[in-house]
Amino acid sequence: MPRCGTAKSRGGPVEFYLNGELQQCTGVDANMTLLRYLRERLGKVGTKEGCASGDCGACTVLIADADDTSPQAINSCICLLGSVQGRQVLTVEGLEQDGELHPVQQAMVDCHGSQCGFCTPGFVMSLAGLYQRSLAQGGETPGRHAITDCIAGNLCRCTGYRPIVEAGQRMLTYPQRGIFNEPATQTGAPDRDDRQPLVGGAQRYYQPRSRSNLRAILAVEPGATLVAGGTDLALEITQRYREFEVLVDISAIDSLATIGEEDGYIRIGAGVRYHQLMGHPLLASTPLDGLLARLGSEQVRNRGTIGGNLANGSPIADMPPVLMAWGADVEVVNTLGERTRYPVEDFYLDYRQTRLQAGDYIEAVYIPMHLSRAPHRFYKLSKRFEDDISSVMCAVSMTLDGGYVLGVRIAYGGMAAVPRRASAAEQQLLGAQLTDAVIDNACTSLDNEFQPLSDVRASAVYRLDMAAALLRRALRALRDGDAPDVFELGEVSHA
Amino acid sequence: MRKLTPAYNPNAPAVDPVGKSLPQDSAARHVAGSAVYVDDMPAYPDQLHVAVGVSSHAHARVLGMALDAVRAAPGVVDVVVQADIPGSADISPVFDGDLLLAGDTVHYVGQPLFAVAATSLEAAQRAVQLAQVDYEPLVPRLEVTESLAAEDFLLPTRRSRLGDPEAALAAAAMTLSGEMAVGGQEHFYLEGQVALAVPDEVGVQIYSSSQHPAEVQKLAAEVLDLPLHAVTVQVRRMGGGFGGKESQPAALACLAALFARRTGRSVRYRMPRWADMVQTGKRHPFWNRYTVGFDESGVIQALVMDVAGNCGCTADLSDGIVDRAANHADNAYFLKNAAVTGYRCRTNMVSHTAFRGFGAPQGIVTTEAFMDDIARRVGMDPLDVRKANLYRPGDSTPYGQEIEESVLVDLVAELEHSCDYRARRAAVAAFNAQGGTLRRGLSLVPVKFGISFTTTHLNQAGALVHIYTDGSVHVSHGGTEMGQGLYIKVAQVVARALGVSIERVMPGATCTDKVPNASPTAASAGTDMNGMAALDACNRIRKRLVSFAAQHFGCDEGAVELRDDHVFAGEQVVPFPDFISLAYLNRVSLSSTGFYRTPKIHFNRETGQGRPFFYFANGAACSEVVVDTSTGEYRVTRVDVLHDVGASLNPAIDIGQIEGGFVQGMGWLTTEELSWNDDGVITSNSPANYKIPTAADVPEHFDVRLFQRPNAEDTVYHSKAVGEPPLMLPISVWCALRDACASLCDYRFNPRMDPPATPERVYWAAREALRG
Repeated sequence: MPRCGTAKSRGGPVEFYLNGELQQCTGVDANMTLLRYLRERLGKVGTKEGCASGDCGACTVLIADADDTSPQAINSCICLLGSVQGRQVLTVEGLEQDGELHPVQQAMVDCHGSQCGFCTPGFVMSLAGLYQRSLAQGGETPGRHAITDCIAGNLCRCTGYRPIVEAGQRMLTYPQRGIFNEPATQTGAPDRDDRQPLVGGAQRYYQPRSRSNLRAILAVEPGATLVAGGTDLALEITQRYREFEVLVDISAIDSLATIGEEDGYIRIGAGVRYHQLMGHPLLASTPLDGLLARLGSEQVRNRGTIGGNLANGSPIADMPPVLMAWGADVEVVNTLGERTRYPVEDFYLDYRQTRLQAGDYIEAVYIPMHLSRAPHRFYKLSKRFEDDISSVMCAVSMTLDGGYVLGVRIAYGGMAAVPRRASAAEQQLLGAQLTDAVIDNACTSLDNEFQPLSDVRASAVYRLDMAAALLRRALRALRDGDAPDVFELGEVSHA
Repeated sequence: MRKLTPAYNPNAPAVDPVGKSLPQDSAARHVAGSAVYVDDMPAYPDQLHVAVGVSSHAHARVLGMALDAVRAAPGVVDVVVQADIPGSADISPVFDGDLLLAGDTVHYVGQPLFAVAATSLEAAQRAVQLAQVDYEPLVPRLEVTESLAAEDFLLPTRRSRLGDPEAALAAAAMTLSGEMAVGGQEHFYLEGQVALAVPDEVGVQIYSSSQHPAEVQKLAAEVLDLPLHAVTVQVRRMGGGFGGKESQPAALACLAALFARRTGRSVRYRMPRWADMVQTGKRHPFWNRYTVGFDESGVIQALVMDVAGNCGCTADLSDGIVDRAANHADNAYFLKNAAVTGYRCRTNMVSHTAFRGFGAPQGIVTTEAFMDDIARRVGMDPLDVRKANLYRPGDSTPYGQEIEESVLVDLVAELEHSCDYRARRAAVAAFNAQGGTLRRGLSLVPVKFGISFTTTHLNQAGALVHIYTDGSVHVSHGGTEMGQGLYIKVAQVVARALGVSIERVMPGATCTDKVPNASPTAASAGTDMNGMAALDACNRIRKRLVSFAAQHFGCDEGAVELRDDHVFAGEQVVPFPDFISLAYLNRVSLSSTGFYRTPKIHFNRETGQGRPFFYFANGAACSEVVVDTSTGEYRVTRVDVLHDVGASLNPAIDIGQIEGGFVQGMGWLTTEELSWNDDGVITSNSPANYKIPTAADVPEHFDVRLFQRPNAEDTVYHSKAVGEPPLMLPISVWCALRDACASLCDYRFNPRMDPPATPERVYWAAREALRG
């Protein structure tokens, strides 16, 4: 077999379609973002940098597979150029046809949806993605919640959003026009040897298509950093100007990107993106869908993966508490192909430290089917409702039998250096009759179990009170059925 | 005489665009991505990029800087420290103290110490990390209350006085005292600070994202030790300003210009968001305290109030900001007897700066808090207390300006009726009476905002209007476009003044060599001042055209009209372009400058008395919220606004300003929380941890209407300013959140809930109310 890449492999070029035209990107480095490439190398300056951290959406572009007409909005500022290999990229410059504004653009003008105009191309692209999906579903005007969900990752400081939402409600009333008229032909990329770097030189970017090639690359590149969606990793590049020497992109490995049933477990590949989890029939969890709607923004959910959320080891990641409450395992594979499964709570060692060793990658998480079916509630607390990082995240799964607790799993994010289960509270509840007094005792026990920090998001005392408040809310809801809570008062139900 | 064919169709609709909801002049370019911002301008091949190395201490002596590694870093072309500045290192807008690069002492974390020009932004940023700086740490002052106690002030304390507040307090049936720490705010304009400097044969051409190009020009010239005429500054548009681009852009432009002169290359200095959030000033946090006296029916008898602005480490624009906070402590209410004192406190923080409202919001929110507290004490509905205290004509403000208009009484009554306040108050009370953790809150708050710069000399503006031989019109003025729609509004004024359709009028980029010595586009006065200056220019040209038409067509000047894209002269009807061509051939000047100075205003800072404001803009908002008192989470469920813009020049633009101002102010009062750690490091330093509102935070019922009454003063077509006043309307949201918490103690009192009302702070307020 050919040898894997080395520092001398030149790699490339990265090939992608920009507004239907093939781009062959040479002379780029592995840490180049799509946004920088568009603005600095191609002079496509319609796409703006507002924050370079995926928080404002000014850089939103649409991407799609080469033959796909249902594009997804992403933040180009934290999208590495190599990750769009072989794909279509649509920027704001690509929407006009024959000098005519696209209906989304015309609706924005007619609704006075721009003031300073700097965020506008990003909103236009987010809405264009929704427009295209709506067209595919028959051209019905999307509901208000679909629109606000779609643009929750786009910040506007001028308009107060009302006219932008109105543009979303009006965009399908113009003569309808698709975005991608003719699917572009394939690039030469499929013949590429994916054990060689896509971008070579002193800094290298690999994009293997199979797990075996992934392992082969990791074996010869011991300093490699894995990148999936890159929604967190890319910040190292855009905020701290770090230059990764070796990046290995796992997003082209199809077998890591599937959800399936396996031996009584739901197997979720590490490369599965959040948006794939939303409404998935195997999971069929309203609480999960509600949580995911608040996890990042649509742009982030279109990129971020469940494996990435676990691997980056953050104590405030939202998926680990959910997975712990569901009793999930995480499967780690080393360069020899040896597999190890850890319960998710054992995967975390300390602040930002996991069991991953150099050369390891996460293959999948496994959720026991029966536990995923147990009644559960997931509650997230943050300063802002949409697209914010949790101050406290609480996940509870519980089985009751005649009012007695048959099984219970409680897990928190934001309460310790790692996502953690509340074992003492679980012990108190197990076997007990779930009276108000028992619930109160379990909530009180959290004070001894956690010593959270005070930081920019919340004070330690608030976090402790909230751990209890959310647990109380969850236990009562699981016992009594849902009392109407603040998110179900018509404003924000994500139906 | 050549016979011109009249093409006038008397049945065509009038072309006068004033009062029409025209889209912004750039709207189609915004949505197409073709509107050019400074960072979108093409790069010269040898262009350099700037980054600065900054202080890691809030207060320290700088013992030494080792910059060899910086100079040797890949891509680095030039490195400068303060001693390399040929002219002045001080780039303060008004008072001294703002240094382009620090000297031997640093005064906040993030203060620039040295600057690097390199071949890419990334190379420059990597290089500055290689510096070794030796500090001797000094004790920083980080609490405004400590500055106040130590009388550590940057500028003199000022007072305004009305009547005899001490005696009136002593005589009042009831009094309340309190204090409030008011949070600041990050501007979060979507386009970060940026400047591009291109050297030319006499000096430098600067493209800046600035609300104040004339100041950028002046400061860059002083830094370079050049006369002002050697520096030209152009601003086509900003991606948002909000006051954050009034004084702050100068540092970027000056450094870019300095490197441009030193290297002879074009230099771009764009601040990444993470740097912008650390290195540039924010809305001033304030600490306010008060004693208010009132009678049994909630009518205020006297107020003694101190407002202490946390100005950060230098004066910047704080003098006017604290003045405006003090001058808006009355908000919409007649205080009868008042003593309001404004303190300019020094702290070791970035120097806080202008932000939409310019101090007024920080004064008004405290006043609205005690209006609610008075209502609890006397057992009245808060709206009735507010209505009982509204200004009436003839009342005097604490700074001696007499109230002449009576807008507020009518406006509040209209909103109270149209938003169904009384029935909703009853519904909220009934909902809360059921008990439970979910509580609703409701509040209707009026806002009065004084229009004019309180620094009197800034109330002047210039404009330049050209008519070209094809009848197309170019208008320039000293105002800058930051999204507020100034360009289209002035174009509408010009189109009416010349009697032409809006398509004939093109707003040109703001440039210091077109209109000199312009004031900042600030104080909401952009349209008032530049619109009037442009009108003056048009009137001068028009006078020449009328005179020429009368003479040429042999009629009286009184028989000449410019309207509907035609010139009417006696029996003659001539299309505008044909007439202009004729005027040109007859050697009539088709270009003019215009000038405006705001009348009637005067203010003595020493005595705190005068007429600082030409007039007041008014508004009111009613907001309803629901709070989960077990966690502090909340939603705003309904907002109704009625706002006074006089006779609107462009209702769509005005409504856009009101909605945008409302949501921005709502962010300030709810989720936007600045925080610093014990070392003076700002920890809310990224949009990941500083949360401005999203579309989902805006209620579906968000009804904004314009109060229909022309400005009584002679402003441009009797319109009113609109930029800042709406920012204070969402104080109604804050009051409603507190109202919801107060239901937990049966409205016996209002818990303390210093803004911003984050879910955590709402939770603690709810806990206080529950404890009773």
